[in-house]
Amino acid sequence: MAETEASRSRDLDKLLLRRGNLVGPRFEPGTELRDDLQTYARVLVVGAGGLGCELLKDLALSGFRNLDVIDMDRIEVTNLNRQFLFRLEDVGKPKAEVAAKRVMERISGANIVPHFCRIEDKEIDFYNDFNIIALGLDSLEARSYINNVACSFLEYDSDDNPREETIKPMVDGGTEGFKGHARVILPGITPCFECTIWLFPPQVKFPLCTLAETPRTAAHCIEYAHLIKWNEVHGGTAFDPDNPKHMKWVYDEAVKRAELFGIPGVTYSLTQGVVKNIIPAIASTNAIISAACALETLKIATECSKTMSNYLTYNGSEGLHTKVAEFERDKDCLVCGPGVLIELDPSITLQKFMDLLEEHPKLRLSKASVTHQGKNLYMQAPPVLEEMTRPNLSLPVFDLMGKLSKDVVHVNGMTSKNDQKVSCLRKLRLVFKGVDGVTDMDTAGGA
Amino acid sequence: MAEPTVKYDRQLRIWGDQGQAALEKSSICLLNCGPTGSETLKNLVLGGVGSITVVDGSKVEVGDLGNNFMVDEASLGQSKAKCVCSFLQELNDAVKAKFVEEYPETLIETNPSFFSQFTLVVATQLVENSMIKLDRICREANVMLVFARSYGLTGFVRISLKEHTVIESKPDHFLDDLRLNNPWPELKRFAEDFDLNVQDPVAHKHIPYVVILVKMADEWAKSHGGRLPSTREEKKEFKELLKAGMVAPDEDNYKEAIDASFKVFAPKGISSDLQQILNDSSAEVDSSSSDFWVLVAALKEFIANEGGGEVPLEGSIPDMTSSTEQYVNLQNIYQAKAEADFLVMERLVRSTLKKIGSDPNRIPRATIKSFCKNARKLKVCRYRQIEDEFNSPNIPELQKFLTDEDYSLAVGIYILVRAVDRFVANYNSFPGQFDSAMDEDIPRLKSTAISLLNDLGCNGATLAEDLINEMCRFGAAELHAVAALVGGIASQEVIKLITRQFVPMSGTFIFNGIDHKSQLLSL
Repeated sequence: MAETEASRSRDLDKLLLRRGNLVGPRFEPGTELRDDLQTYARVLVVGAGGLGCELLKDLALSGFRNLDVIDMDRIEVTNLNRQFLFRLEDVGKPKAEVAAKRVMERISGANIVPHFCRIEDKEIDFYNDFNIIALGLDSLEARSYINNVACSFLEYDSDDNPREETIKPMVDGGTEGFKGHARVILPGITPCFECTIWLFPPQVKFPLCTLAETPRTAAHCIEYAHLIKWNEVHGGTAFDPDNPKHMKWVYDEAVKRAELFGIPGVTYSLTQGVVKNIIPAIASTNAIISAACALETLKIATECSKTMSNYLTYNGSEGLHTKVAEFERDKDCLVCGPGVLIELDPSITLQKFMDLLEEHPKLRLSKASVTHQGKNLYMQAPPVLEEMTRPNLSLPVFDLMGKLSKDVVHVNGMTSKNDQKVSCLRKLRLVFKGVDGVTDMDTAGGA
Repeated sequence: MAEPTVKYDRQLRIWGDQGQAALEKSSICLLNCGPTGSETLKNLVLGGVGSITVVDGSKVEVGDLGNNFMVDEASLGQSKAKCVCSFLQELNDAVKAKFVEEYPETLIETNPSFFSQFTLVVATQLVENSMIKLDRICREANVMLVFARSYGLTGFVRISLKEHTVIESKPDHFLDDLRLNNPWPELKRFAEDFDLNVQDPVAHKHIPYVVILVKMADEWAKSHGGRLPSTREEKKEFKELLKAGMVAPDEDNYKEAIDASFKVFAPKGISSDLQQILNDSSAEVDSSSSDFWVLVAALKEFIANEGGGEVPLEGSIPDMTSSTEQYVNLQNIYQAKAEADFLVMERLVRSTLKKIGSDPNRIPRATIKSFCKNARKLKVCRYRQIEDEFNSPNIPELQKFLTDEDYSLAVGIYILVRAVDRFVANYNSFPGQFDSAMDEDIPRLKSTAISLLNDLGCNGATLAEDLINEMCRFGAAELHAVAALVGGIASQEVIKLITRQFVPMSGTFIFNGIDHKSQLLSL
């Protein structure tokens, strides 16, 4: 058996068993490294779509055995041009489950646990069990959420240096058509998703008055039918982009409007594209980006080569362009920084504190749930927990935190971003006034 | 079977029905189905190429299970080509999948005509000698060729064919064709019907910016001896005039006009890239010329005569603040001009074909139309013969790369992968293939690389010791993640070549998986 195992990793062994010259500082080649990778390393793959399918395969063939995959979606026919773990007969089944099963069928020794649920459905601690989190996502919100979670584990020492054992590395990939990016995020060391949020330009939205009064393009006609006409006619029924009848209705209305104004170009395909904001996707780009992410995951876990620093862009539409950019951290980042400093009077109650968070200009956090050192101070949900923690609302935060002069709390709640309510997790450094000579604390970054 | 329009929806949005049809007509041959080859083909099968033929003479070994997803325990001892082929067939039943259990080197030596049946050959993990021979065969047979190789944490992709011409290059960002610097009479007349001093504020803020700019430019020209703004001061002044024309601060059409004013300042006529294509000797056409070059010859005539120095108008306009009616009318002005230009071009194409003794209807109208729409974006890619590059690379370029910090790792990889092949020829094994020979292989690889550099004419050039060590450490390992990446790139290039859309890469892409500072080397 040992013999078979050794030769199965014939190619990987060259990298993991031999000394190297261009490697990370803590690279210790040997069979132990390979065995530890197989036995102890745990990687979470977020998303089982175009990138996720590739990531699972790439990681399982890069020496990782313990993988989890989380995805809330079910398989659709339009996935089949790139999500190679799925077949026509799988349509309708949960992606995470089918993907995990297929990879395990082909790679003996791989142990992949699927999670068919929303990423928000998992306890925060679920994410702490993994050594590395690999993101194969197509939405900004989901990336932000995972980034918030991973950064919430990060702790700083008294000199504001990140504590190494609390760094939760992430690798993140994204594609659109022939283009993509792969990046390595080491919270506290390299920029987190939030530090470079400007890399994602806001989505173009048409002004409603254009849609209603001066439509000029096919997309205007489609959005009129989708955003205005639908509500006028179907008042009570929410539009469901996955309901073909709804889509057909929007298409028909868009055609009527386009004819009325003499605007060409409304097709069913364009209607779907505009309404669902479909991003074109192909197998090759997903393969390239996922492989880059998997390779970096292997490097983070073993230090068997240099780590990419820290953001790779790939563009294959006009020739072939790749570039590695070294982005810098935002030292004041609300997510991966040492935390927003808030000075509190020891008499402030938890309820008052939560009101403060709502008004705080940097935070604007509503519907807060507060935890301190893993202990729930107040939880919005589930109802049982809410009831249990409700009495805390009238108690001073200082007392609830064990009368410490300063410490970190985590707050989970809602904030608004681009006029949209999004859930977020924030780390706050609370300092209590007049306790233990912290009176001259610099509060410039806080309230 | 799934409805193809649904199954392929996400890619049809990129390359359309025509691109998909080209894929479905293509027949692809893969040489060697290790992970690099298998992953390349996987991406093509998913996209729906017509047929694949997998050529590999080896049997599946235990080591293959650790780096290739297309084989599994049940495949042990069986033909690798057969196992990979049957897995690939599972991915898409619309693809005809075949395999040939034979070593590619044998086919190259004994049966060169085998390759002429394919649209394109993807040759993976071939050593230099076979690459050179296969390149000759494919060029002779007019078969497109893409090389891909993974080597430890490095690899390369190289396209080889005489010429690849692209009409639909689909660049990401390309300036729209509004002719604001050179408006034709109908556009001027259309603009004349607008009054920039109209009293109704709603009408004023709905004048399309194209109209504003045409009128303002015309006024400027009248007072400047027929010239448009050209100096910095003039451009600034022109923008100030635009700003002064606003009657309310929220007039988006005027803001758009200010942002787009550079289109008025842009030089007239065609780009230097296009001029180069017009000047190409292939534009002197005869009966053997391809459709593309016949179209270029006609374009040349158009520009010199009816076009007055400009290409046929593209005919589409971007969205802009406007009333619906005026926007649609403006659109019609542009479309009418594009249609008129197309008709002239069509006549020129037919007469060119006649002149060279070819069927005047050889080129379909749709092709001419697409050519007119894309006339500013034409691309011609040519690739050096592998043998030429290998024997006499562009020395100044090579010297430059060797001393440029951004390129030194990539060019080191390029040289070392070639040195590895010389090493194999001399020592019958790859450097670092066996643990026991590591210590002697490192200096051997080093001296092989140095003598290669000398042979190429780069005397005294050195390579980083660290990289030489790493190449020996890799010991010809084909790592899955590297193979998936290199194969991914190869498949993307194949798609661009077959669909004849977008622009394929030039030179050799060197994959550097050490720090991801990969480079393209044109040698």
